[in-house]
Amino acid sequence: MTAAILCMIRRDLLLAVRRSSDVLTVLLFFVIVVSLFPLGIGPDPALLRTIAPGAIWVAALLASMLALQRIFAADHADGTLEQMLLGTAPLGMTVAAKVLAHWLVTGLPLVLVAPVLALQFDFPQELLGVLTVSLALGTPVLGLIGAIGAALTLGLRGGGALLSLLVLPLYIPVLIIGAGAAEAAAAGLGGHAQLLLLGAFLVAAAAFAPWAAAVALRISME
Amino acid sequence: MSDGFNWFKYSSPQTFFPLAGKLAAVFAVAAAIACAAGIYIGFFVAPTDAQQGEAYRIIFIHVPAAWMSMFLYVVMAFWAGLGLAFNTRLSGMMASALAPTGALFTFLALWTGSLWGKPTWGTWWVWDARLTSELILLFLYFGFMALQAAIDDKRRADKAGAVLALVGVVNVPIIYFSVKWWNTLHQGASINFTKAPSMAATMFTGMVVMALGFWFYSIAAALLRARCIMLEREHATEWAVEYVKGLVRNDGVSPGLKGV
Repeated sequence: MTAAILCMIRRDLLLAVRRSSDVLTVLLFFVIVVSLFPLGIGPDPALLRTIAPGAIWVAALLASMLALQRIFAADHADGTLEQMLLGTAPLGMTVAAKVLAHWLVTGLPLVLVAPVLALQFDFPQELLGVLTVSLALGTPVLGLIGAIGAALTLGLRGGGALLSLLVLPLYIPVLIIGAGAAEAAAAGLGGHAQLLLLGAFLVAAAAFAPWAAAVALRISME
Repeated sequence: MSDGFNWFKYSSPQTFFPLAGKLAAVFAVAAAIACAAGIYIGFFVAPTDAQQGEAYRIIFIHVPAAWMSMFLYVVMAFWAGLGLAFNTRLSGMMASALAPTGALFTFLALWTGSLWGKPTWGTWWVWDARLTSELILLFLYFGFMALQAAIDDKRRADKAGAVLALVGVVNVPIIYFSVKWWNTLHQGASINFTKAPSMAATMFTGMVVMALGFWFYSIAAALLRARCIMLEREHATEWAVEYVKGLVRNDGVSPGLKGV
């Protein structure tokens, strides 16, 4: 089983490397959306410092939502997904492996770029760590929840808009707690409570979401 | 299984359809009576609040609507889950029939809440934990309906909606406990199972009677909607054709149904 999972991760990563422009698009989208906030709100440093965590989190959320359809769409189109459903590896594990590979490709770059973007907002350097850790814990949760939505809307017309309607309400708690971590740290409260909550979200989502997504995939493919 | 009550008798649309019609009529009458009584108690019997004046009277709509918005989601998820687990047709139809009523009550709770918030809190809306989670609930209802509307294959729509509804159930305890977990603007519950309600007895009675009225209304509305869904989905079966023919025969002037 482990071999099948490692093989799946390796395959998805290889596919992403071969088509690296898809991956770069998500990252560029993230950078551009974050840059829109100072342009729209005005360059007052005090204001920007306050909104930095929220703006970066909202942009990360939109970017990861934009990438969601990639998890299953290509495999659905060329029939690979059917073979995965028929395969001997438990479907939940396969989905978990695909989500992990997806996060490595689309989520991790956002986490790594976020501190640089935060500096554009004049965000205090000593708090960059909290912001980065909150994103590192939160973006995999977004991918895991999003996989359920992506599986449900597989092959539907107007899938993209529908997917955002399904997934965004479920993202809201992650956004509130995630952005709250850096805000609490900025207010001198540390933000550990929020980071622990995000960790709990991650554990719960990793345990349940792949199986829910597997059920959704079987419904969509029958 | 020759003797005793057959629990599965009403699990097929053909037998449930007439029963739903009768039940809907009964509950519609009960809802009208309970709502009229509740409004009478709320407006004429219950005393004026010492702090909030007359503005508090919206409680008789707001609190029952908020209760129903959460309760209906759980009921919807229950039917959806039952349909997913046992592959029964009627469960999925009930879940789809409940969703619009639930969304209606969620919207009503948010709307009356903001009408209440303006005179008492001085603002239409705050980003308070309970208001936000109730708003999420509204989005979940919309997502459920949008997903079902986007899928042409009704069986797949039922199952996909069921997965979404079950995932969204996580939100209901968050709304319910939000005023306990986060100390924000929305007040805590005035009614508790463990101690006497912190309000006048007539206010409490009015609220419970209104809640019963909303509950009966929800049952009646959901059953009527379920009847429509049953007719739509079973339009090829003999009993559905017979029923529609009967409709046309009874009032000759329904040109919309002539072609059936």
